[in-house]
Amino acid sequence: MQHGEAVKMGKDNAEKVKSKVGLILFAIYSFIYAGFVFINTLSPKTMGVKVILGLNLAVFYGFGLIILAIVMGILYNHYCTKMENKMNSSEEEEN
Amino acid sequence: MTYPVSFLAVLFFVVIVALVLGLSFYFARKTKTASGYFAAGGTIHWGVNGIAFAGDYLSAASFLGICGMIAFSGYDGFLYSIGYLAGWIVALFVVAEPLKRLGKYTFTDALDSKFNSKGIQLMAAISTLIVSICYLIPQMVGAGALIKPLLGLEHYVGVLIVGTVVIIIVSTAGMTSTTYVQFIKGGLLIVFSTVLTIYLITGGLNKKPSENYKDFLTINATLDGGSFTLDSSEYKVAGKVKAKDNDFVKLEKEGIRTWWKVNQVNGSYQLEEALSKTVKSDETILYNGAPASEGKFYQVGHFSKLVKNGKEVDSTGGLNPFSILSVIEESEIVRFTKTSLKDEGNNVTIWYQNPTPGKTIMRPGLKFKVDKGSDFWSKLNFISLMLALFFGTASLPHILIRYYTVPSQRDARKSTIVAIVGIGFFYILTLYMGLGAMTHGVLDLSSSNMSAPLLAKYFGIGLFSIISAIAFATVLGTVSGLIVASSGAIAHDLMDRFMNLKMTEKQKVRAGKIAALVIGTIAIILGILFKGMNVSFLVGWAFAVAASANLPAILMLLFWKKTTAKGIAASIFVGIVSALSIILISPDMFARYGFDKASSPISLSQPGIISIPLAFITLIVVSLMTQKKKEIAK
Repeated sequence: MQHGEAVKMGKDNAEKVKSKVGLILFAIYSFIYAGFVFINTLSPKTMGVKVILGLNLAVFYGFGLIILAIVMGILYNHYCTKMENKMNSSEEEEN
Repeated sequence: MTYPVSFLAVLFFVVIVALVLGLSFYFARKTKTASGYFAAGGTIHWGVNGIAFAGDYLSAASFLGICGMIAFSGYDGFLYSIGYLAGWIVALFVVAEPLKRLGKYTFTDALDSKFNSKGIQLMAAISTLIVSICYLIPQMVGAGALIKPLLGLEHYVGVLIVGTVVIIIVSTAGMTSTTYVQFIKGGLLIVFSTVLTIYLITGGLNKKPSENYKDFLTINATLDGGSFTLDSSEYKVAGKVKAKDNDFVKLEKEGIRTWWKVNQVNGSYQLEEALSKTVKSDETILYNGAPASEGKFYQVGHFSKLVKNGKEVDSTGGLNPFSILSVIEESEIVRFTKTSLKDEGNNVTIWYQNPTPGKTIMRPGLKFKVDKGSDFWSKLNFISLMLALFFGTASLPHILIRYYTVPSQRDARKSTIVAIVGIGFFYILTLYMGLGAMTHGVLDLSSSNMSAPLLAKYFGIGLFSIISAIAFATVLGTVSGLIVASSGAIAHDLMDRFMNLKMTEKQKVRAGKIAALVIGTIAIILGILFKGMNVSFLVGWAFAVAASANLPAILMLLFWKKTTAKGIAASIFVGIVSALSIILISPDMFARYGFDKASSPISLSQPGIISIPLAFITLIVVSLMTQKKKEIAK
């Protein structure tokens, strides 16, 4: 039986470039997340150091990871949309 | 603790239930095809899907569990928020678009898209069912536990209400009605958690949380020949017991016996009032020496020192989102530490005052052993947990199926970003709500899960009623998603694909509805059977199993061309078995079996750090051993 996609989707020429950028951003975030986990594990007292606006490193880094996820997500979407519009519309024009 | 029933809470809950049932019946008439039932026809707007993601993901464990954990253990509870949110990065950057491209109704479709393998269909369906059941049980038990304090009904009534409503939601319009239930619940949860946090921050902090907050007493005593003589004539000593490193005495006043902690200060003794729960041999339960109905089990949580800008104050006045955290860090908060002892054949649980510097509360170490008393294994356990949280989200079947409800890959990506914004914002609020509950004298020491609703009660019965109704609706949204995922695993993956029953569209929809009814009924039975058990750890199991069984298969399918069907099936099998085996023989489970933790054959309680790499290795080895031209993923 057919077991393809739920809805018909056209070919996406930007797929490779989006995937590459996605993996790079994933690697960057993973590195920063790993840093957070290792400081918490190996030097929890460092997390108590005051950083900015009266916040300690634990809260600053924790909030930072959440906000970074949002910012990276928005930038990634902006880039992907731009590439999709560029690479998919150029093919349509050629056709 | 007993809570007076709020009729406003009942009213709000009835309105929410009526709304979701009305929507379900409305959409039921439009749900005729399998695509409509399992994937809402792929027609959901990305914005709606994004908030529905939040409604699906923010379960009772997230809202009630994390706020409660922060209220009791400070920053360590917030680490769950960070781990749960970080997991969405894997979903966005790696999984969302390819999964949308490859799948149809379930994530098994995506895994199997290049193979049409019976092994993948069977193993992925089993994995979906194990993960979903592990997730379902705590939700159903949570529904039963919530209904008593929130709506005044018995445990089994709560489970029955949730089970019945969810079966109706899922069996009427499947994924369409489930989506809108999750959308409504997710939206309400984020909006009213924001309202609660604004009340908290603008209201500021007070040394004495409220006018009628319990004043904990201290009595001076002298030790004569092993027995205490008190400075107070109101009390008489009725017993003395040692528990771990602390001594406790039992004092009697007007026939009521309460427990006090013995403190030695400059060579003299001080008895400090504690809270207690006594389970007598005839099963009667006394709270602070009296039945629960007498209300002697006080709500707690206060500052012993409230410091603003380096000066001790009684009240801070209104604060901002940064200064409130700074004030808590500079101050000292009285937490209550739990200990258990045996006294005259009775089981006694005592919570004694433990003034803790804000600096300690606002950094890791109170719950997770990464600081004082830590060793190699406790640190490895922490790393393993954070690994499972990071990789678990993008492997949860009930989350992944939401990618099939939107029209395109672009919509899948956008809805993930909306989810990250909504969920991330909510998780930031959990830190405020948890710390607020810790310092506003609202904690029920016998149930950390009630921390957020009880904080809402501090600011008025209206807010409490709305938050309580939303807490209950939280269970509805998550359980609906889990039942749709399980229903898809049974009707689509097993019956249609694995058993090849060749069903028509109508038969597939009917099979899905019957599967939802069966899973819903099983969920009700399990919810009633597990009453009273602390089963929140099962959510951790779900994450560990999902991360071990599903993520290696998804990632390798997408990024390693030599991946074979047998490699994927073997990897899922090894992921499930290794994760569950490590959990079942872990020190934490040995303690639950009633054995000594030290007798466990391993020192690890969180399996991810072993089971995730093991599943990857299995996939690579089996794939390399089973290279056939046809089977290799192109």
